[in-house]
Amino acid sequence: MMNCQQATRLMSEAQERTLSFRENVALRLHLLICSGCKNFSTQIPWLSQLMKAHAHGQDQQASPPPGL
Amino acid sequence: MTASDDLPWSAPQQTLLQDATFMADLRLMMLRFATLQLSNAHAAEDAVQEALVGALKNAQSFSGRAAFKTWVFAILKNKIADTLRLQQRSVNVGSLVSDADDDEALDELFDRTGHWQADERPATWSNPQACLQQQQFWVVFETCLNALPPQQARVFMMKEYIELDTPEICNAVGVTTTNLNVMLYRARLRLRECLENRWFVQGERA
Repeated sequence: MMNCQQATRLMSEAQERTLSFRENVALRLHLLICSGCKNFSTQIPWLSQLMKAHAHGQDQQASPPPGL
Repeated sequence: MTASDDLPWSAPQQTLLQDATFMADLRLMMLRFATLQLSNAHAAEDAVQEALVGALKNAQSFSGRAAFKTWVFAILKNKIADTLRLQQRSVNVGSLVSDADDDEALDELFDRTGHWQADERPATWSNPQACLQQQQFWVVFETCLNALPPQQARVFMMKEYIELDTPEICNAVGVTTTNLNVMLYRARLRLRECLENRWFVQGERA
């Protein structure tokens, strides 16, 4: 059975590559029984969105000028 | 950068250039970011200079400092991406090794069987969308980014901000895909934890 450390590692790697079928199944089974990792699974993609929002100035409520 | 008198500065350009504190702070922020990304003070200095000149050329189209800052960083980001892509790997093994010291801190998130420690288990973040609009949240976000070990911050921003792909980052930093994945994993663990502790959860856990 996968533990939280392995599960979080896979969830991070899923941001870089497509997980194999086996990895996916093992991860999903873990998420069914682990609320902490379930939270983690939604937060990790969110970090990437936050970084992009920050980069594109949504934090300043400013949109980049045309032609960028 | 200095304003030369014989150039026909537009009003917005003048306003920006006269705001010495803002420009100095901005330049410093850019320099810090570029130096981290490029690992080369000269190249960083050049990229910052070029980005500032490029952005000031178009200063007419900015309604304020925030918009200018966003744009100048977008230009800087593109310059850094170009430089990194052209670079035949700038191996900086010394600084990579120093980040390895942080293993211990991260290992404390999990118990010996690899499960979350009770007080480290990720909590539910209520209404994360709302934080986008809150100025104070972005202060926390930057604080958490700055708290990352330098090499983790570097690769995380290469991936999520400069938007280089995995082979490009591996080439620029001089690490294997496996190393990169570990660095990104640690960066995410830290950043997530920091945001949770400093913003999303005040004293309670799910």
